[in-house]
Amino acid sequence: MKIHEYQAKELFRLYQIPVPNGNVASTVQEAMDAAKTMENNFPMVVKAQIHAGGRGKGGGVKLAKSLEELQTFSETILGMQLVTHQTGKEGKLVRKVLIEQGLTIQKEFYLGIIIDREKASIVIMASTAGGMDIEKVAEEHPEQIIKVCIDPLMGIQPCHARQLAYSLDIPASAMKSFTKLVFSSYLLFLEKDCSLLEINPLVYTAAGEWIALDAKVTIDDNSLFRHPEFKEYRDIYEEDPLEVEASTYKLNYINMDGNLGNIVNGAGLAMATMDMIKQAGAEPANFLDVGGGATQEMVEQAFKIILKDTKVKGILINIFGGILRCDVFAQGVVKAAQKTSINVPVIVRMEGTNVTEGRRILNESGLSLITAIDIKDASQKVAQLMI
Amino acid sequence: MSIFVNKNTRVVVQGITGKEGMFHTRQCMAYGTQIVAGVTPGKGGQSLDDIPVFNTVRDAVDKTQPNCSMLFVPPAFAADAIVEAVEAGIELIIVITEGIPVLDMLKIKRYLHGKKTRMIGPNCPGIITPGECKVGIMPGHIHQPGGPIGVVSRSGTLTYEVVYQLSNHHIGQTTCIGIGGDPIQGTQFIDVLEAFEKDADTKGIVMVGEIGGQAEEQAAEFVLKNMKKPVVGFVAGLTAPPGRRMGHAGAIISGGTGTAQSKISVMREKGIHVCENLGRLGEMCADVFSQYLK
Repeated sequence: MKIHEYQAKELFRLYQIPVPNGNVASTVQEAMDAAKTMENNFPMVVKAQIHAGGRGKGGGVKLAKSLEELQTFSETILGMQLVTHQTGKEGKLVRKVLIEQGLTIQKEFYLGIIIDREKASIVIMASTAGGMDIEKVAEEHPEQIIKVCIDPLMGIQPCHARQLAYSLDIPASAMKSFTKLVFSSYLLFLEKDCSLLEINPLVYTAAGEWIALDAKVTIDDNSLFRHPEFKEYRDIYEEDPLEVEASTYKLNYINMDGNLGNIVNGAGLAMATMDMIKQAGAEPANFLDVGGGATQEMVEQAFKIILKDTKVKGILINIFGGILRCDVFAQGVVKAAQKTSINVPVIVRMEGTNVTEGRRILNESGLSLITAIDIKDASQKVAQLMI
Repeated sequence: MSIFVNKNTRVVVQGITGKEGMFHTRQCMAYGTQIVAGVTPGKGGQSLDDIPVFNTVRDAVDKTQPNCSMLFVPPAFAADAIVEAVEAGIELIIVITEGIPVLDMLKIKRYLHGKKTRMIGPNCPGIITPGECKVGIMPGHIHQPGGPIGVVSRSGTLTYEVVYQLSNHHIGQTTCIGIGGDPIQGTQFIDVLEAFEKDADTKGIVMVGEIGGQAEEQAAEFVLKNMKKPVVGFVAGLTAPPGRRMGHAGAIISGGTGTAQSKISVMREKGIHVCENLGRLGEMCADVFSQYLK
């Protein structure tokens, strides 16, 4: 689960990771009030709060030197459709801004904590190339990124912080505070089940303090059951409305640009089915995994959600019944068809547990379905339908 | 022959009294698997059909001598259940549970290091040696006993699809293993490839990967350096958008790495026969493995 910068900074405060003085605002008035609580001590920064990187380049981050400027920038940024390299060309609507105290920066660093799946451990990364696109740095100058692996059973040790500090050439006077910062970040990462924690840039100020100027935190979706506190952090406005609706029915749905909808059971098969659609000359309109334990209701909802997508000109159903029995699935299809008017052609490929019964239910339903006997056949029928 | 499980495998089911646990225990029994015990804390003394249920894995081991565990325990308690099985001396743990926090699995992975227990999963369909032993949730009837092909996959239903195509082409399987769709796995491609290479009855391998991580690339390197048997590969997710989790926690293209295209090209470079079209996988296997087929 992605969270906003201002939410990540709330977590940082909780763990004594220093962040700039600041307040979040949803209206221009709130932005002005926020400035007032910071004693109108300019310059201040107006930062768009969306779930995407590259906000500065897209015009979503501005330095205000006066209250007038702060008002102007807040007016522009709030309500703007912010386009960055991560948003897609339609951009994202800015609903909140973070108003923060400007700082005198002496040096910028990068600090990140991730899970390295190959090493099966937590890795802390740091670099003197702070404030830059770290993926680009990793690609062009991998030697500029220092990595330390933390044994998940031993946990972080002072030697890890020392290793980072010496490699970054941090002044002796800042060592202690740097170590504290690294330890706090690691503790936050662990206790809040993060899958990513990034401070870019981490700044060392002229006053000799470490401050997290930016904050990016992603929470492991699988851990949400033990973090009820993150329920309020979910921002459904940042998600696709159809994806939000699908998630309420425990359907794994991702909206895509194409026009051939598809309903599949299992994530791997769903991905492979999307690939097959593309290879047949069509474009997938979505990824939809109804899961292993899909009920009739879920199948019904899957249909409804796909048909709400106005781009959809046809649907391919590909079910390999294992846990999900084909007869249960077929009943769901029939129910859905009775309740929703399916006005696009539907290709069905079904195999596995209780397939004979499933096929009988579909055949006797009176629905006009195009039946495919296997993947190859389904692919040919997609090609005939779409080209 | 086969790898990891055979007709002598004795299985204890952790979480046997849950809905999923109960259903799949019966399915495995019906396939012929020796399910000797179940474990649900607080339900010791009960039984499922004729299978005795114990409070602890230790009790189950003392009374019924299982060497393998099939685990359906919910995510919040899964790590605990795995530790319990390891400490009771279980040699092979198949973790079916989906949705275990990744930090829990990091600890488990490190904990298992140097121990004799092998873990398969989590978030996996399990393992089957057709005709002998099924420890998992896959539909048994699509498999064809007798080999000569081993199957290893990160997926569930996609594996069934692959196996189904093999069987339709009269290509039997020695053992089929789903290693799971999570970022941290107890058993990885390389572990399984190594075991298949050593298994005399396995003449060729089908490896089914998907986007995310570097496991397919590392496996390809292993194939080039350490394997004589032919490997057919498939990677799902050519059309997957970057940065999105495609159902499986591990299936995500991040920072430009882990794309299907890059995996496919590395696999080809290292001598794996990559099939890009799922509809033709069975045909391709029939062709690549032709000399081993009757």
